[in-house]
Amino acid sequence: MRRSMLFLPGNSPNILLNADFLGSDSIILDLEDAVAPTEKDSARILVRNAIKSREYTREVIVRINPVDSPYWKEDLQAIVPVKPDMIMPTKVSCSGDVKIIAEHIEMLEKECQMEAGSISIIPLIETALGVENAYEIASADERVKAIFLGGEDLTADLRCKRTKEGQEIFYARSRMVMAARAAGVDVYDTPWTDVEDYDGLVKDASFAKSLGFSGKASISPRHIPFINEVFSPTEEEIQYAKDVFETIEKAKAEGKGVVSLRGKMIDAPIVARARQVLEAAEAMKGGR
Amino acid sequence: MVIQKKACAGTLESSDIYVEVSPLPQGSGIKLDLNSVVYAQFGKEIEKVIMETLAELGVEDAEVVASDRGAVDCTIKARVETAVCRGRGEE
Repeated sequence: MRRSMLFLPGNSPNILLNADFLGSDSIILDLEDAVAPTEKDSARILVRNAIKSREYTREVIVRINPVDSPYWKEDLQAIVPVKPDMIMPTKVSCSGDVKIIAEHIEMLEKECQMEAGSISIIPLIETALGVENAYEIASADERVKAIFLGGEDLTADLRCKRTKEGQEIFYARSRMVMAARAAGVDVYDTPWTDVEDYDGLVKDASFAKSLGFSGKASISPRHIPFINEVFSPTEEEIQYAKDVFETIEKAKAEGKGVVSLRGKMIDAPIVARARQVLEAAEAMKGGR
Repeated sequence: MVIQKKACAGTLESSDIYVEVSPLPQGSGIKLDLNSVVYAQFGKEIEKVIMETLAELGVEDAEVVASDRGAVDCTIKARVETAVCRGRGEE
């Protein structure tokens, strides 16, 4: 169950210490933008040690530096052996960017005698080219389990202003959802960057959910409860999903082929949605 | 491993430790100077973690000055390793 992903700077011991208690489903330990170039080495070692010794109960994702930087190989070298759940490559613009990361992870897994394919990839797509190539990125390698839209860098690349209304990223959001669902992976929305504007956050997250996003990233722990609530099924949705399956069972017992619930025919998409709701509700009970 | 130059890592923020390493002539051993906000309670334990980390990294001769702000073991180890890597010329 991954509704919320919280970014945490990789070179802050105090934050890494408390990462498990901030309420997000996943934590993203950041080696990229949150770390100054002069501190890349220290953040890498600190994050490695934190994962090795803290035994986080949340899903651990490590955001590494882009493949056109001098840091990404050393990032993987330090982080892969301590087995994070996922690696988040940045500024991914084509399937080749994913493949080079996947090959390097595979090599390190072999070196460390780890189970092959144990670490997944969630590419961060934040360029115009990346958005246009979203499907090929999402289906580039079996390790890719989700894709994630970075709205801030994208709008810089588009040479437009990033607004709260988000019209400028509407196409990118829609395209990302389409690509992810076509490739059979999850899709995550860009963070809401106004830390104090909770109404705006809920509106933005709700809109992302309505487009089909699986969840949303955050740069503030204060945003996490709101994001979790938006991306959790409501009691009403859970009850409806249960009613769908009860109605189907009842119809089967009575030998009926076509059934309806609350005046609406139950067809395959309704069953699929009901199953997703119940799976999400079940995952929420389990915590992870 | 030989410390070639003076180098530091970490900060004086809460839960962190600032570590500075400097070269010493061969055979000098480790000269450790630790100050900590929790020295009375954990000073010996912190010194032990620093000395063990230096030994694991193969550092035999160095002057080490550390200012602790309540760092846990994994942070102490990380900062010592970073300072040592920087001190041997690997940026």
